[in-house]
Amino acid sequence: MSDRVADRVKGLKGSGIREFFDIAQQTEGAISLGVGEPDFVTPWSIREACIFSLEKGYTSYTSNWGLLELREMISDRVYTDDSVYYDPEGEILITTGVSEAFDLAVRAIANPGDEMIIHEPSYVSYKPCTLFTGGMPVCVDTVVEDEFKLRAEKLEQKITDKTKAIILSYPNNPTGAALSIKDVEEIADVVTEHDLLVISDEVYGKLTYDGKHTCFSSLNGMKDRTILLNGFSKAYAMTGWRLGYAAGNKDIIEAMMKIHQYIMLCAPITAQMAAIEALRCGDEVERMVSEYNRRRRLMVEGLREIGLSCFEPKGAFYTFPSIENTGFKTSEEFAKRLLLEEKVVVIPGSVFGAPGEGFVRCSYAVSQYEIKEALKRMGRFLERHRVV
Amino acid sequence: MNEKEKQKKDEILRILEENARLSDNEIAKMVDMDEGGVKAIILELENSGIIRKYKALINHDKAGIETVQAVIDVKVSPERNTGYDSIAERISRFPEVKSVRLISGEYDLSVLIQGKTMHEVAYFVAEKIAPLEGVRNTVTHFLLKTYKENGEMYEEEEKGERLAVTL
Repeated sequence: MSDRVADRVKGLKGSGIREFFDIAQQTEGAISLGVGEPDFVTPWSIREACIFSLEKGYTSYTSNWGLLELREMISDRVYTDDSVYYDPEGEILITTGVSEAFDLAVRAIANPGDEMIIHEPSYVSYKPCTLFTGGMPVCVDTVVEDEFKLRAEKLEQKITDKTKAIILSYPNNPTGAALSIKDVEEIADVVTEHDLLVISDEVYGKLTYDGKHTCFSSLNGMKDRTILLNGFSKAYAMTGWRLGYAAGNKDIIEAMMKIHQYIMLCAPITAQMAAIEALRCGDEVERMVSEYNRRRRLMVEGLREIGLSCFEPKGAFYTFPSIENTGFKTSEEFAKRLLLEEKVVVIPGSVFGAPGEGFVRCSYAVSQYEIKEALKRMGRFLERHRVV
Repeated sequence: MNEKEKQKKDEILRILEENARLSDNEIAKMVDMDEGGVKAIILELENSGIIRKYKALINHDKAGIETVQAVIDVKVSPERNTGYDSIAERISRFPEVKSVRLISGEYDLSVLIQGKTMHEVAYFVAEKIAPLEGVRNTVTHFLLKTYKENGEMYEEEEKGERLAVTL
């Protein structure tokens, strides 16, 4: 037995950058802007509700679909916030994070050879998950001149008769881009015209700073075509709880549930009990968003002051400055040297797909103090490496 | 003042309430204004008495500074015309008194007193507060330990280690 590992896994691009990440994890005294999760601890009322549920003995499996009470609350919340109604029985599935929900969504709809359009730079798991199903990822670039928005014209150019779905991911990780109503309506027109499905990952939907996020399925005619993915990680600072959900058309959600029941059975009940409390305490989200907004402004202005051009992000908690007027050829080289010389961790944009090259992702889900200190160190670094 | 100015002013107050040591420049970035504008708003807030003071919140135990604090519930007979105000003001003038609040319930005023020793505090209550005209009754509660003050935890909460890199 010479090949212990299956071909489809071996075929995955080995992450050459992992070595850099390992060093980053271990560097003493480093300030990390490489974080992809809130620096807030889960609000106490949520933690307290979970502890209480354990004391009461809620430790069993739940329905494969997830607790009905939680599905009902999600249904109410989505209806209140986004004016789109999902039936808690059959149109909502509770999953182990949005990661699982995404995997289920792709597996539920993609036949081998089906093309999935992915805009880049984008979150790293869309491509591999598509490949696992035998589907074909087709990438469409988004560029800083368009504020990293997916443009309908560009999208249309990538559509073939094999296109099954578009994976939409706004507010976006890593760019912080968000779409306006007009932007999403133009995309919806393309979706209708070409009879496509949309997997819309809206996990950063509550974190916007320039107008409210538009839920894709709330657009005219889109509910039936959209698998809406969302979760509790970013909005409620619950990353480690692993809880998300998918909402959509009954047939597709039913298909996702079939897979889910065999691979996951159900999401952990402790996390589900906590999520019920999370949906009750909306104030905390507002408080976190206004704090993120202050940090966002500090970071963007600070990056510009030290000489990096930086597009103004409208959502999530990332900035995506350009490194074009530095002496570095690649974002990876920039990130490595910055860590080595000044102990600041940023993520090379190339990790998020080829169009991310030339940029680095800097998270502002860190304290104001850390933002200021990181900017000071980066300023020194750039003084040394600026191209005159 | 228009709606937008009011919003900026409130946001600056929220920011200062959390951290009064930020520079005008940093605050300006956070609220998307120029530094001069922020300076002017803060000056106006100070002059109009909305911002009362900038102070540090100190954990005296940790600093090894011996202090004794007590909350005194005070029952008073309100006076004609001035109600509770004149007696509350009289109590407020003692420098030992850290805060005075009118409260609902069985007692009328809640008074926080700080002194060096238990004896000093008890003596102060007996000599200065209780004999005041209008004070009918007092109950003294010595503070044993402070867990949270003004929205801040006194013991740093243990936080799980976050990964330096997550994509």
